[in-house]
Amino acid sequence: MTVTSVPATEMPKRRPLLLRILKSITLLRESYVGMFGAVLVLFWLVMAVGADLFPLRDPLAQSAPDLLKPALSLAPDGTTYWLGTDDKGRDILSRLIFGSRLVLFWSVLATVVAYAVGMLLGVMAGYRGGWWDEVISFIGNVFLSFPPMVLFLVILTNFGPTSSMGQYIGSLGVGSTVVSGVIIIVAITFGTAPQVARIVRGLVLDLKTRDYIAAAEVRGESPLYIMLVELLPNARGPLIVDACLRLGYVIIAIAVLGFLSLGLPPPEPDWGKMIAEVRGFGAMASNAMIWPAMAISSLVLGLNLLADALREISLRD
Amino acid sequence: MNAAQTPVLECKNVSISYFTRAGAIPAVYDFNLTVMPGEAVGIVGESGCGKSTVALAIMQYMGRNGAITGGEIKFMGRDMRTMSQEELRKIRGSQISMVYQEPMASLNPSLLIRTQLTEVLIVHEGISEDAAYKRAVEVLDAVRLPDPNRIMNSYPHQLSGGQQQRVVIAMALLSNPKLLLLDEPTTALDVTVEAGVVELIKDISKRFGTSMIYISHNLGLILETCNRICVMYSGQAVEVGEVKQVFDHMRHPYTRGLFSSIPLPGADRFSRPLVPIRGQLPLPRDRPKGCTFGPRCDFFEAARCDKPIAMLDIANDPGHQARCVRYNEIDWKRYRPKGLEAEPIIPGPPVLQIRNMKKYYEIRDNSIAAMISGTKSRFVKANEKIDFEAREGETVAIVGESGCGKSTFAKVLMGLEESSGGEVLVNGQEVGHLPVRKRPAGLISSLQIVFQNPFETLNPSHSVGSQIARVLRKFGVAKNRDEAERKTYELLDLVKLPREFADRKPRQLSGGQKQRIGIARAFGGEAAVVIADEPVSALDVSVQAAVTGLLTDIQRKKRTTLVFISHDLSVVRYLADRIVVMYLGRIMEQGTTDEVFSPPYHPYTEALLSAVPIADTSVTKRHIVLKGELPSPMNPPPGCPFQTRCPRKIGAICETEMPPNKDMGNGHMIMCHLPDDVLRAMEPVIKVGRHESEESNIAH
Repeated sequence: MTVTSVPATEMPKRRPLLLRILKSITLLRESYVGMFGAVLVLFWLVMAVGADLFPLRDPLAQSAPDLLKPALSLAPDGTTYWLGTDDKGRDILSRLIFGSRLVLFWSVLATVVAYAVGMLLGVMAGYRGGWWDEVISFIGNVFLSFPPMVLFLVILTNFGPTSSMGQYIGSLGVGSTVVSGVIIIVAITFGTAPQVARIVRGLVLDLKTRDYIAAAEVRGESPLYIMLVELLPNARGPLIVDACLRLGYVIIAIAVLGFLSLGLPPPEPDWGKMIAEVRGFGAMASNAMIWPAMAISSLVLGLNLLADALREISLRD
Repeated sequence: MNAAQTPVLECKNVSISYFTRAGAIPAVYDFNLTVMPGEAVGIVGESGCGKSTVALAIMQYMGRNGAITGGEIKFMGRDMRTMSQEELRKIRGSQISMVYQEPMASLNPSLLIRTQLTEVLIVHEGISEDAAYKRAVEVLDAVRLPDPNRIMNSYPHQLSGGQQQRVVIAMALLSNPKLLLLDEPTTALDVTVEAGVVELIKDISKRFGTSMIYISHNLGLILETCNRICVMYSGQAVEVGEVKQVFDHMRHPYTRGLFSSIPLPGADRFSRPLVPIRGQLPLPRDRPKGCTFGPRCDFFEAARCDKPIAMLDIANDPGHQARCVRYNEIDWKRYRPKGLEAEPIIPGPPVLQIRNMKKYYEIRDNSIAAMISGTKSRFVKANEKIDFEAREGETVAIVGESGCGKSTFAKVLMGLEESSGGEVLVNGQEVGHLPVRKRPAGLISSLQIVFQNPFETLNPSHSVGSQIARVLRKFGVAKNRDEAERKTYELLDLVKLPREFADRKPRQLSGGQKQRIGIARAFGGEAAVVIADEPVSALDVSVQAAVTGLLTDIQRKKRTTLVFISHDLSVVRYLADRIVVMYLGRIMEQGTTDEVFSPPYHPYTEALLSAVPIADTSVTKRHIVLKGELPSPMNPPPGCPFQTRCPRKIGAICETEMPPNKDMGNGHMIMCHLPDDVLRAMEPVIKVGRHESEESNIAH
């Protein structure tokens, strides 16, 4: 401690954001497992973003003569079906890549919404305590007591595109994909937000005893300011790791819903639905089933490994 | 060789490194220490100097990323580095044991004390459970725990902090170790409880012949407990010697700096202020090549001090060594860092008036038994009849141990709790029933607080500048962004930090720097009253001096009233104009600093004064160790709250009647049943004698 001021040249300069992100990636490099996860996730991200740039067939175009072709078979025009075709003669590779767009878009959106709701409820329950906590935790526990799939089924069959409400919304000119997507988000939010809220509540119960919260209170800050500006940013560490894992679960959930024909409407190339559509052909369709299955597991695996590595890094130092 | 002459522990040129991603960090290097049988050696130094690393290395318990990279550690003549894991396991806990700072963390909360104590003997000595139980009871008795059989069948949470630490010490002594390592064993305890544990530690080497290494940041405690001392700085021992040699004839500028920055009796914040050591402890990887203290030393000489320096024997002083090439060139008699003298602050009119203030907490008991007996709700009297005044520019200290109600009082004043009765007036305005949300911005900014823990006082997610600016905007001191920025810089200037700090995140700041930001924030508006809740207790001594100096400076400039809450009487004596001593929610004594520190005393104040360790060999203290533990504020004793521990209790009246509040002259109030003549006839607790040498720490 000095009474005189430290010369400015001794200051460590604040690194720009880009450099800091690069630095975190180099941290990841030390964990091979984490690196592998990051590569898997990045691969699908590039596929989803750049789908239009690759020389792919139209994912919706059907070709009657080429039903359930195996991988690497030739198309009539002399090109190759790299991963074969499905029961309607559509190119599996192209459907997978365009499908990654759908999967990532809706799963990320659903996770973000679930997180926003969960964090808000969690921070309220944790900071305000008392009745707020009782009510929020009770409602959360009610939703958590349903097996998640049952909860999804209840919501989707009652409010989905096939329900009377869904059909009314559809009649207003809203696209069926959007209606399905939104209702998927709602279902996933009900299943996920209580879990997020529980984590945030626990973190906040600890954080709110810190002196800087008392400091905010004694300078007369509003509870909303304390919750959003003073508390939530400090809970981000464990939440980032959890979000990574949770995104994986959401992808699986969306795939399962697609498989049960409760997901996005046909002919969208949803991975789960791709498996369901060819399921009836039994062994003949093994090629058409294995690729979407691998796509799902590779993306989820990537996210899980990434989460593990992030947790390991965050625990160090 | 004669067994009595074999050192229990011998560290020779030990170097210890931690391995991190950024490479090896040398935590300790070229460290030498010899501990003879029955000897107590104190290791003292500020945080980050490597003292705990040394303890871990002696236990050979470095964790995965630490290793001893050089030198040897000999225990009873054998190099510990050649021992197998099996041998080390046998030695740890039986031949060498360790007592840590947090007693609650050292005991397993889910096992009975008897299980934890007997286990040590059963594992190390293979004796039967009955025999182990008997031995454990004996040792509990030896550490002066009352009713050892009850303690044996308790869980850790059923014991108080002082009892827990005694159990931990008993556990360490169970198998009669040769060497006991104590790492800040009393830091987590209250002063009067600490005094009891310190007395026990002093007694251990006498009764058991155990050698001790006592690690502490508190020089006073080292003086009370140890024969020899090793002062560490930045990974090295800088001065070693007999305690008296080092305290009275220090030969290293760092040691001198340490002594100049602690408040010893005689220091005064106006006429003889403390002197912080300038600069900062270097990070291990930026250590200077030569003398590590060089950049902070007044005697740095370019050609000689910038190459590695060995420990040098001090001429004519056997056993005393210092790591300073210029030790015999410095005129130690005259070299005494001096602070800037300043005019005393003359207090103005009363700003804060507390009259008969009460704060009760209601405790609801929903058990069936409580419903039947009709005791469904009880009241905990956290504050009862609080009555005092603080004037403009004055520093009033509230002193007391945990549970005395000093933090509750702060909460009421800040508007985080409502008072249950009486008046709390700030500039004539009643605030006791005004929660912070109902207070106008002007009132909020005139009543601010500096928190205890520098590591929690700032939000880690936001930059320092934005946190100060937020306060300025909130208090209406700054109307727009530019003004907030300008005023933020002014506040950084006020607390003597560079303006560049505005862009930094709290984790880039040291503890003392964070505390300065906390002070800047409290003085952001026009603060009339600032509550400082133990603002320096978590800081290193050299930093403490800087922060207390800063508080005094700002107080002078702004004529702020400072309510200083503390348990540390040395700091209080140095800083406060007036002192309020609290015990279990009541004021036991209040008066000016001189009045409180000299007789007549309240018996509790007398015990508190005696409990404070003072790092000065010329000071003699009367020895008063309180019996028993602090009663719980939930369940206070009838009559005088202090009667359960009072060494001067006069009889039944103390147990039945609340003592009268007596004015001993000039508003020096003492709440006690003792007759006036007994109170007036008390001897002073602390006597400052004359030093044998001229180079005393107290300039006469």
